[in-house]
Amino acid sequence: MHRFAKPSVFLRLASAVMPWAVGITVLTLAVGLYLALVASPADYQQGDTVRIMYIHVPAAWMGLFCYVGMAICGAMSLIWKHPLADIAARATAPIGATFTALCLITGSLWGEPMWGTWWVWDARLTSMLILLFLYLGYMALVNAFDDPERGSKAGSALALVGVINVPIVKFSVDWWNTLHQPASVARMGGPSIDPSMLWPLFLIAIGFTGYYVIVLILRIRLELNERRIRALQLSGIGEDAPGSVQPVYNPEQAGAGE
Amino acid sequence: MTDFFEMGGYAGYVWSSYGLTTIALLVLLMVSLRGLKKSRRDLAHLETLLKSRRPRRKKAPVRQP
Repeated sequence: MHRFAKPSVFLRLASAVMPWAVGITVLTLAVGLYLALVASPADYQQGDTVRIMYIHVPAAWMGLFCYVGMAICGAMSLIWKHPLADIAARATAPIGATFTALCLITGSLWGEPMWGTWWVWDARLTSMLILLFLYLGYMALVNAFDDPERGSKAGSALALVGVINVPIVKFSVDWWNTLHQPASVARMGGPSIDPSMLWPLFLIAIGFTGYYVIVLILRIRLELNERRIRALQLSGIGEDAPGSVQPVYNPEQAGAGE
Repeated sequence: MTDFFEMGGYAGYVWSSYGLTTIALLVLLMVSLRGLKKSRRDLAHLETLLKSRRPRRKKAPVRQP
C-alpha cells in the first residue's frame, strides 16, 4: 500500500484544485468566446475566418504543451519509477491528442477558404500531423503489453524521442518556406497582432489549460482506481481470471466462486 | 444578428470549427467522467468482496516482495 501514499496526497490536492479549475475554465471560455465571436473585429484580409484562429492557435499550443508535459512525466517515470508520473503521462495523452486533432481540423477549415486547399504537405502541417501520430503511437504502445510496467517504459521512451518534434513544429515556419504563416504571438519583438485579437486568444488558451487540468485530474483518478482494481484482481479478489477488468456484479455469483 | 450567424459568408467554416471543438472537448470530458464513475463502482464492489474475505486472508497472508 506504500505505492498509494503519494497518490493520496495528489487526491487531496486535486479536490482542492478542482473547483478553481472549473470556475476559471467556464469563466475564461465564456468571456473568450464572446470576444472571439462577437466583440473582436473581422480581419481586413481574411474577414470572419480569422475567428477560427481563436481556437486553432490555442489548440495548437495545448497540443505542444501537453506533449511536453507527457514527455516530462515519461522521463520521471523512467528515472524515478514514480507511479504517479506514469499515470499522469497516460492521462495527458488523449487530451493532447484531442487538441492536436482539433488544431489540424480547424486549420483545415481555415485553409480551405483562405489558401484554397484543405491540406498541404507543408512543414508546419506535416510536423503537427506527426505530433498527432506520436500521441496515437504512445497510447497504443502503453496499452500493448500485458505488463503495464513494460508498456509505460516503451511509451515513455517513445514520448522522449518524440520531443525532438516539438521544436520542429515551433520553428518549422522559420526553417522552411511554408504556406503556413510565421509566428505572430510568441516572436522576438512582441506580438504583431492587435490587442482586440490577443485577448480572446489568451482567454481561450487559459480556458483550454483549465479544461486540461480538469480532465487530467479525472483521468488520473480513473487510472488510480483501475490500478487498484487490477491489484485486487491479481490477488484473487473477484474470482475472475487475473487481468480481466470486468468484475462480476451479481453478488450471489461472486460468492459462488469461493 | 444574421450577420453574426453568417460570419461574412464563412459561416460553414467558422461554425463547424467551433462546433467540432465543442463536441470533441465535451465527448472527452464525458468519456473520462463515465470511466471514472464505472471504475468507482467496480472498485467499491471489489472492496466489499475483499472485506468479506478478510478473515480467510489472515491465515494465509499474501507474501509481498
